Amino acid sequence: MLIPHPLLGPRDAQEFTYLGDAALMNRPDPAAGEDAFCDHVYLRGNPAGVHRELWFHEQGDRSWLVVTRNTLTHEILGAELATDVARRSE
Amino acid sequence: MRFSGLRLVKEALTGHRGWEPLWRDPDPQPRYDIVIVGGGGHGLATAYYLASVFGQARIAVLEKGWIGSGNIGRNTTIIRSNYLLPGNEPFYEFSMKLWEGLEQELNFNAMVSQRGIVNLIHTDAQRDAYRRRGNAMRLAGADAELLDRDGVRARLPYLNFDDARFPIKGGLVQSRAGTARHDGVAWGYARGADRRGVDLIQNCEVTGLRIEGGAVTGVETTRGPIGAGKVGVAVAGSSSRVMAMAGMRLPIESHVLQAFVTEGLKPLIDTVITFGAGHFYISQSDKGGLVFGGDIDGYNSYAQRGNLAVVEDVAEGGMALMPMIGRARLLRSWGGIMDMSMDGSPIIDRTPVEGLYLNAGWCYGGFKATPASGYAFAHLLATGRPHETAAAYRLDRFARGQLIDEKGAGAQPNLH
Repeated sequence: MLIPHPLLGPRDAQEFTYLGDAALMNRPDPAAGEDAFCDHVYLRGNPAGVHRELWFHEQGDRSWLVVTRNTLTHEILGAELATDVARRSE
Repeated sequence: MRFSGLRLVKEALTGHRGWEPLWRDPDPQPRYDIVIVGGGGHGLATAYYLASVFGQARIAVLEKGWIGSGNIGRNTTIIRSNYLLPGNEPFYEFSMKLWEGLEQELNFNAMVSQRGIVNLIHTDAQRDAYRRRGNAMRLAGADAELLDRDGVRARLPYLNFDDARFPIKGGLVQSRAGTARHDGVAWGYARGADRRGVDLIQNCEVTGLRIEGGAVTGVETTRGPIGAGKVGVAVAGSSSRVMAMAGMRLPIESHVLQAFVTEGLKPLIDTVITFGAGHFYISQSDKGGLVFGGDIDGYNSYAQRGNLAVVEDVAEGGMALMPMIGRARLLRSWGGIMDMSMDGSPIIDRTPVEGLYLNAGWCYGGFKATPASGYAFAHLLATGRPHETAAAYRLDRFARGQLIDEKGAGAQPNLH
C-alpha cells in the first residue's frame, strides 16, 4: 500500500506504524465519566468499507496522518496531517 | 451411514457407489428455537453440542457462503493448549481433551495428529517466561516439558542454532499438541449436527436482527425472515458487522492474517515449530506441504488477502530459522479475517439484548478452540449460564478491568 503523504508524496505503508480508528483522537471530556472513557478505550466501529485511521510515519518525518482507506479493498482514498484534522475540529 | 474400515473395503470393491451426502440441504423453516449465525467451525460445533449434549431441538445454522468457506478452512490447523493465564488455560485444555476424543465421537476422520509443538527460546528471560507458562499448563492438567539447547537439537537438528540475533537456547514442548485437518473438522461437526436434526442452511446471509421490546425474535436473511427463540452469533472476523445490526459496538477490530503452503515435500518436519521472536511458525501437512505463517498484517481489513510486506517478513523469519527451506517453492498464500479483541482473548457471553448471545474475539487462535468454544457456547445457550472453563470470557470484562491479556499489550489489537 502507498500512502499519499501530504508533505512527502507517496510513501510505502511499511514506513508507518498503525494505531487504529481516527476516532481515538476524540478523547472524552475529563468529566465525562467512566463509561465514556471505557467506550473510548475499548470499543470500535470497525466498519467494512471506508475507515478513517491513524498512521504514524515512524521511519519518515514522524508525523501522524489520518488516512482514509477502504477496509474491503485496501484502496487508500486520501491522507492528511492529523494536526490539520485536530485544528479543524477545534 | 457409519464410516468404518469394513465399509471402506466394501465401497472400494463396489465402485464407491454407496456413499451418501454428509448432510441434507434443507430450506429454512419459518421458525426455530435456536438459530446459530455462522456455519464455521464454532457455529457447527455449537449446534452439534446443543443437539448431542444439551438435548436441544429445532436448531438451524445459517451460513452466508458454504460450509468450510470461512476461517475454518483458512487456518494453519494447529491444536494446542499452551496458555498462561487462569482465564484461558483450563478452557484450552478442555478443548484439547475434546480433540482427543473427537474422531470417535463424530465417527469422522478429522486427521487429529498429536505430533507436539515446540516453542523456541532465545534468551534467559524467555526461558523464565516459558518455565512459568509450562508450570501454569501443568497446574491446569495439560502437559509441558522444558528442553535445553541439546534437547531441541536432538529433536530438530536442522534448525539454525547459531543465528546471530536469535540463537536457540531451548524450547517449551507440549507433546499432546499437534494438527488436525481443518475442513474435516467442519465436515465432521456438520454431519454430526445434521444427523441430530439440525438444519444447516447454506448461502443464507443474515441481513438483520429482529429485536422487539429489547428481546430478539428472529433474523432477516437473504432467504427470508426466520423466527428464533434464541440467536447465537458465531461469525468471528465479521462480528462487528453482525452485532452492529443490534446497535452494538464491540471491543474488536478485524485484521487480516496470512498463511502459506509450499509444494509437497518428503517428510521433513514431524512437529509444530514456533519461532515467535522471528514472527514465524511451521508444520508439515500429511500431503507434504510446509504450512507456515507469521504475524497479522496489522491494519483493519475485511479483504481476506494481505500485502507483500508481510509475505517478505514471514519468508525472512523462515530463512533465519531453517535456511534449508529456501529452495522450496510456495504453492499458495491466502488470508483470513480475525476478530482481534482488545486483550487478545475471546468473548462467549450473553448481550444486553435478551436472547442474543455472542461468540467472538478469537484473534488468530480460533481453530484450536473449536470444540470447547462450541461446547461452552452451547452450554450458555441451553442453560443461560457460562461453562465453568469459559466463565472469564465476559463481554463486560473490559469495563470491569478484568482483562485476560496474555501478552500484556493493552487495548491495541494489532499487538496481540
